[in-house]
Amino acid sequence: MKKKKLRVNLLTYGIVTAAFIVMQSLAVTGSLSSLMKGLLVPICVYIVLAVSLNLVVGISGELSLGHAGFMCVGAFSGAFFSKCMQDTITSGGLRLFLAMLVGALVAAFFGLIIGIPVLRLRGDYLAIVTLAFGEIIKNVINVIYIGVDGDGFHFSMKDQFSLGMAPDGKVLINGAQGITGTPKDATFLAGFILILVTLFIVLNLIDSRDGRAIMAIRDSRIAAESIGINVTRYKLMCFTISAALAGAAGTLYAHNLATLTASKFNFNTSILVLVFVVLGGMGNILGSVIAATVLTVLPEMLRFLNNYRMLIYSIILIAMMIYNWSPQVLEWRERHFGRLLRRDRKEAE
Amino acid sequence: MKKMRLAAAVAFAAAMAMSVTAMADDTFKIGGIGPLTGGAAIYGNAVMNAAQIAVDEINEAGGIAGVQVEFMPQDDEHDAEKSVSAYNKLKDDGMQILLGTVTSTPCVAVSAEAANDNLFLLTPSGSSPDAIAAGDNAFRICFSDPDQGYASAQYIEEHQLAKKVGVIYNSSDVYSTGILATFQAGAAEASFELLDPQAFTDDSKTDFSAQLQYLKDNGAELVFLPIYYDAASVILTQAAGMDFAPIWFGVDGMDGILTMEGFNYDLAEGVMLLTPFSADAEDELTQNFVASYQDKYGEIPNQFAADAYDGIYTIKAAIEQAGVTPDMSISDICDGLKAAMTEIEVTGVTGTMTWTADGEPNKSPKAVVIENGVYVSAE
Repeated sequence: MKKKKLRVNLLTYGIVTAAFIVMQSLAVTGSLSSLMKGLLVPICVYIVLAVSLNLVVGISGELSLGHAGFMCVGAFSGAFFSKCMQDTITSGGLRLFLAMLVGALVAAFFGLIIGIPVLRLRGDYLAIVTLAFGEIIKNVINVIYIGVDGDGFHFSMKDQFSLGMAPDGKVLINGAQGITGTPKDATFLAGFILILVTLFIVLNLIDSRDGRAIMAIRDSRIAAESIGINVTRYKLMCFTISAALAGAAGTLYAHNLATLTASKFNFNTSILVLVFVVLGGMGNILGSVIAATVLTVLPEMLRFLNNYRMLIYSIILIAMMIYNWSPQVLEWRERHFGRLLRRDRKEAE
Repeated sequence: MKKMRLAAAVAFAAAMAMSVTAMADDTFKIGGIGPLTGGAAIYGNAVMNAAQIAVDEINEAGGIAGVQVEFMPQDDEHDAEKSVSAYNKLKDDGMQILLGTVTSTPCVAVSAEAANDNLFLLTPSGSSPDAIAAGDNAFRICFSDPDQGYASAQYIEEHQLAKKVGVIYNSSDVYSTGILATFQAGAAEASFELLDPQAFTDDSKTDFSAQLQYLKDNGAELVFLPIYYDAASVILTQAAGMDFAPIWFGVDGMDGILTMEGFNYDLAEGVMLLTPFSADAEDELTQNFVASYQDKYGEIPNQFAADAYDGIYTIKAAIEQAGVTPDMSISDICDGLKAAMTEIEVTGVTGTMTWTADGEPNKSPKAVVIENGVYVSAE
C-alpha cells in the first residue's frame, strides 16, 4: 500500500518534470508557438491553484468557493511588494521569490482569520460563506488606494485625490484600476519550481499523520472526534495551507501581466478552479495537474473556431466530465478496456 | 489507467508543441483584439465589423500602395490574460500591425507585450491613460479618459448647465473611475457644486434606487454618468419611475443607448453626451460608412465602430506616409509607422485628427443632445 502511494507520487513528480523539460527545451530551441509560450506561466498558476484547492475540497472534504479571493490577496500583496522594491532589488528572480513569500504569508493570514469563523460550518453552508468572503475580498481591494511620495505611504478608501500626495508621488494601488506596471518577473522556471514546492507540501501533508487525521475527519467526523482528533485545528491547518499556496500562485499570476485588477478574481475564477479539481478527481493530485493544464490550453487551441469557440469548449467539458465520472461510462470502460486496466493495476501494485 | 494517463499527457505535450513558421507574403496582416463573446461583446463586435468594412473598401480600391490587407480578429472576452493569449496567437499567424485592444484593462497588458516586441499598436477605443503608456509604439483613436472627464466638467461650467451636479459611476470599472477622477479635478475649478459621487459595481448594476434617491433628495440638477449605456438605460428607466428628471450628461460610453434592445427610447430624450461621432452627421464620409455598415450588419454603427473604421484608415495613411512594405520586419514597420503617425493628419468619421509622439490624438469632442431619437448638435 505504502509502496503504491510512493509510486503514484513519484509518477506525479516525474510527469511534471518531464513536461517541464520538454516544454522548456522546445521554448529554448524556438520551436514553440508564441501562443503556447505565453500560456506556460498561466498553466503553472492554474495547476498550483487546482492542487491547493484539491487540498480543501478533496482531502478535507469541505467545499470552498472563495479560492479566487486568496489568489487575489496574494496577487495584490505580491505585486505591491514588487512595485515598492522595484528599484531596491534589481534581480527579477529574487524579487519574485520574496514577493511570493509575501503573497503566501498575507494569503495565509487571511485564510486563518477567515477560516476561524467559517470552518464552524459544514457542507453547503460553508460553500456559501466562502463564496461571500471571496466577494468581500474582491470588493474591498476594489476601493483601496495606496500611494507613495517623499513622506511615505498614503492610504485611502475613497478616491485617488483623498490620498493627499505631493506632486511627485505615485499611486501604487489605484482602486478599480488596480496595479499597473508590475515588473514581468514570472518565468516558466519559477512556475515549475512553485509547482514542485506545492506538490511537495501537499503530497507530504496527505501522507503524514496530520493528513490521515484530516482524511479521518472527512470520512467520519464523529469517529475522528471520538478518538481525540482536534477537528477545528486540522481543518484550519488545511484551509490556511491551501490559502497560502493560492496566494503564491496569485503572485506569480500578477508578475506575468502588466495589469492587475480585482475584478478578475470573481466568482467565475473560483468556479473555474473548482472545475479543474472536479474534473481531475477529488483528492487526486495528478488529476488536478492534468485537468488544469488541459482546460487552460483547450480554449486557446479552439481559437480557430471563432464565435463557436466557447460553445464547443463547454460541450467538450461536458463530454470530458461524463467520460471521466459517469457511472455508466465507467462501467462501459471497465467492460471494454477492463483487461487493459486490470493488467495496469496489477503492475501498479 | 495510470499508463493511459501518462500516454495522454505525452500526446498532449506533443500536440502543444506545434511549431510555427513565419509567413512572409505580400499582404499587410492587421490583427484585431477585442471582446467578441461575454458582457462587453457589443463593443468588440462593433470594432471588428467596422474594421472589416474599412479593410474591404481599401482592398477593393486596390489596397495600400498596391498591397492587399488582411484583417484577423481574435476574441479576448474582456480579460487581460486571454487578451495576451490572443495577441500571441496573432503573432503566430503573422500579424504585423495591431488594431486593438478594444477595452482598456486588456489593452494595458497587451501594449506592454507589444512594446517588448516593438509591434505597432493602435487602439480604437482603449481610453485609460495606461493603455498606451508602455512604449512609444502605441497610439489611440478615441479620447483618453482624463480628456473626457475634464472636458465634460468644463462644458458644464461654460454653458452654466447646473448649479448642483451629481455623479453615478461604476467603482469596479477602470473606464468609469478614470473619467470620474478627472471630472472631479475639473469640478474643483468650476463654480458648480459637486455632490458626493454615487457608486455602483458590476455586481450591483440592476438597482439604482438608493443612488437616485440621494441625488433627488439633494436637489441635483444635472447628473453626470461616466458609465456605459447598459447601466445608464437602467438608471434612466428607474429615475423616470420616481419622477426624477435632471439633465443627464454622458460620455462616449453612453453612445449605443439608441440601439439597445428592450429600452424605451423616449426616456433618452434630452440626454446630453460628449462624443466624437454621430451617425446622422451630414458629411459624405459618415453617411457612406453608416450606409455600408447598415447594409452589412443591419444596425446603426456606434462610436466604437467609428473609431475602428478610422483606425484602419489611419493605419493606411501611416503606411503610405512611412512607405513601409510587408516584407520588412515587424520592428522596422513599427519604427516607420510611429514616426509617420506624428506627421499625418487624418479626417475620418470621428473628426480630424493629428497625433502627439506619446500616442494621444488631438481632436475636439462634440456635445450632442438626443432629440426625437437622434443626436443633434447641442451648440
